[in-house]
Amino acid sequence: MQKKSIWKKLTASREASLVIVLIVLCAVVSIFSPNFLSPTNIGQIFRNNALIMVMAVGMLCVLLTGGIDISITSILAFSGMTVGMLLKNEILSNTFLLFVIATAIGLGCGILNGVIISKGKVTPIICTMGFMYIWRGLAYVVSNSSWASGSDVAGYSDFGKDGSAGPYVILIVVFVLFFILMKWTKFGRKIYAVGSNAEAARISGINVDRTLTSAYAVMGMLSGLCGALSVAIYASAQPNMQYGKEMDVIAACVIGGASMNGGRGTIVGTFFGALIMAIIAKALPLVGIDSIAQNTVKGVIILAVVILNVVTQRMMDRQNLERREM
Amino acid sequence: MSEHEGYILELQGITKIFPGVKALNNVQFQLKRGEVHALMGENGAGKSTFIKVITGVHAAEEGRMFLNGQEVHFKGPRDASAAGIAAVYQHPTSYPTLSVAENIFMGHEKIKNGLIQWKQMNQEAKKLLDRLDADFAPTAEMGTLSVAGQQMVEIAKALSTQAKIIILDEPTAALTANESEKLYRIVDQLRDEGVSIIFISHRFEDMYRLATRVTVFRDSQYIGTYDVDKISNADLIKAMVGREISDMYPKPEVKIGEELFRIEGMSRTGYFKDISMNVRAGEIVGMTGLVGAGRTEVMESVCGITKADAGRVMLEGRVLHINKPQDAMKEGIILLPEDRQKQGLILKWGLGRNVTLPIQDKLSRHGFNDEKRERELAKKFLEEVDTKAVSIFDPASSLSGGNQQKVVVAKALAQDNRKLIIMDEPTKGVDVGAKAEIYAIMGDLVKQGYGIIMISSEMPEILGMCDRIYVMCNGRMTGCLDRREATQEGILSLSMEQGDSKKTQEVEA
Repeated sequence: MQKKSIWKKLTASREASLVIVLIVLCAVVSIFSPNFLSPTNIGQIFRNNALIMVMAVGMLCVLLTGGIDISITSILAFSGMTVGMLLKNEILSNTFLLFVIATAIGLGCGILNGVIISKGKVTPIICTMGFMYIWRGLAYVVSNSSWASGSDVAGYSDFGKDGSAGPYVILIVVFVLFFILMKWTKFGRKIYAVGSNAEAARISGINVDRTLTSAYAVMGMLSGLCGALSVAIYASAQPNMQYGKEMDVIAACVIGGASMNGGRGTIVGTFFGALIMAIIAKALPLVGIDSIAQNTVKGVIILAVVILNVVTQRMMDRQNLERREM
Repeated sequence: MSEHEGYILELQGITKIFPGVKALNNVQFQLKRGEVHALMGENGAGKSTFIKVITGVHAAEEGRMFLNGQEVHFKGPRDASAAGIAAVYQHPTSYPTLSVAENIFMGHEKIKNGLIQWKQMNQEAKKLLDRLDADFAPTAEMGTLSVAGQQMVEIAKALSTQAKIIILDEPTAALTANESEKLYRIVDQLRDEGVSIIFISHRFEDMYRLATRVTVFRDSQYIGTYDVDKISNADLIKAMVGREISDMYPKPEVKIGEELFRIEGMSRTGYFKDISMNVRAGEIVGMTGLVGAGRTEVMESVCGITKADAGRVMLEGRVLHINKPQDAMKEGIILLPEDRQKQGLILKWGLGRNVTLPIQDKLSRHGFNDEKRERELAKKFLEEVDTKAVSIFDPASSLSGGNQQKVVVAKALAQDNRKLIIMDEPTKGVDVGAKAEIYAIMGDLVKQGYGIIMISSEMPEILGMCDRIYVMCNGRMTGCLDRREATQEGILSLSMEQGDSKKTQEVEA
């Protein structure tokens, strides 16, 4: 009896089912590679996936409103390339200021996305597709077909180098901040309201356009921040950096339980979703899967987790229905 | 076998269990050949589930069903439709982008040599539509029709399958008085042609006008079957709600105060023109007319949901500048929208959050939500309107229509700066018991000196609750009747198109 209620509790929470997936994954990988759960290795996983994880937070905000943003890695490249060039040409070397500049660029890009989507009523995927080309293109323009190498960004890259606390601090601050914002503030409540039922939210006096814009602004801001972080972590800046990774970011959110229709998804879920993605990427070579087969296996695992998510959601809906008074 | 004779359809001891609830508990039903039989009961009484058992959508756990005296077991909707049973639902389950003919023949298209016979389909659709006296062509796009038109298509679809039993599930809920009248005539005609009809409705007028017998369900159980001309209204209500509702329309005598609200010469191209009206403190003002007359659109403009092209809105003598819903809410103009599922509530959310959604800005401190106070307030307001739910965390989608509407009312009560409350079809699809409670709340509100505008197509509640009644027709205000002088006929004639007024509109257009 007791056992059953625990099982019910677990299936009643999407986060719990994600934790189970995570534990199973780690256990399986640990059999193949006993050192997998060593502190250094875990630290590596977080550092290597910091960009995806931070952007997943912004993507969650956008997905919650029922939208999508595929321009994020282009924003990252544009802001990151700007940082790289400022360093290369020795215009600016203050790490903090460079982060502020990159974040501000991202914020501007995001606001532009948001305004065009909310005021211009352009479908999110189309609008951000346009900007995906524009910002990536501008990253090439800014780079002037060169790139910033390790020696160009020396000093600055200390912030993100192996063993530095920088990336971890940013990760923790972003996740804690947005956990609070989404759960306990009116900012979060409005995003959930607009994503769940924009019409009802509007009639209840919520400024839907502004809420939409703020979601894309947050997304852009975090992408810009990741531009600066990327240069620091990888000690270089190329215009093609993180090319195509926006899909990993979206996958992390979806694995974490975010609905593509909006209104559903949490920061905690996104954290675990991104972590599952990260562990899959790290673990596939360790368990001896050929590099040519890795993408296929990755896709299968993503689908499996998402299906598990759908099943959990159905159980939750059913439990709600059972409580319905008739 | 002889005991089943005379009945085209008979159900005995039907029990249907959903996870956690008995949706039907040992109910019975008998339908005579060629009769119109009303099925009544509060929301959640089990009527819709019962219909779905008849049409094979749900399989009953227990019970037997006889068609023409023969026991039948439907495995799915296809079996029922093959047996000549068709259902027309309140919200037509149509394909809005397809043509009327395609909708009618969906699933049983006329096909020869693998090709769809468009000409034949359109011709036959035309015949069916003519039989129903429809004023649209079989090639019209379904989505462009009114709800009444779409229902007509559904009925035509039922006829096209040679249905002998047609079930109408709240067909008049979305119709206006004269659209309903048209539907009544169609039902009369079908009955005369030998079709047996089961009619679900919350409206007593429907039942009196059409049915010869009425069966009542309550709390998933069969209560009884009565001859319509032998049962009094009070007894029927008692059978439905299990208690007596002494006065359906508890309109309190309130001392009418100063003018609270006024609109002058409001127009919005294509929707309404030159609308003026006023509301005094303590007054319930009705707004009626046919669906599509522009009533909802006027109020949406007042509340800043859409923008009017001309005219002005005044509250307590001040001219307001309302550009968005927040502006109206700040002034204390509160709208209870017509479509509670789409506009009134966030169905996935708990009741509490829904109630405090409009006031969360006020409740939050430094951007943080004050969840404790939200819960207290939500609980208080939900109790005030007597919402039946387990907790304030229940998702709104888990409530019945009547209770959902109460949550929408609670949302309005939570906005304590309210002055004028606009209720758009507040009792649509709501059962008798909840209706009476909503009327009682309206009475309380005007006693406290608030003004209420009630948009409604339901004649009895307009006549029963309103101090004054504005009537709209085709985007124009055609008259204002005082409570004492208002009659059903008077309102109807004002809401019908008058020859000359239509002409002037065409000239202007």
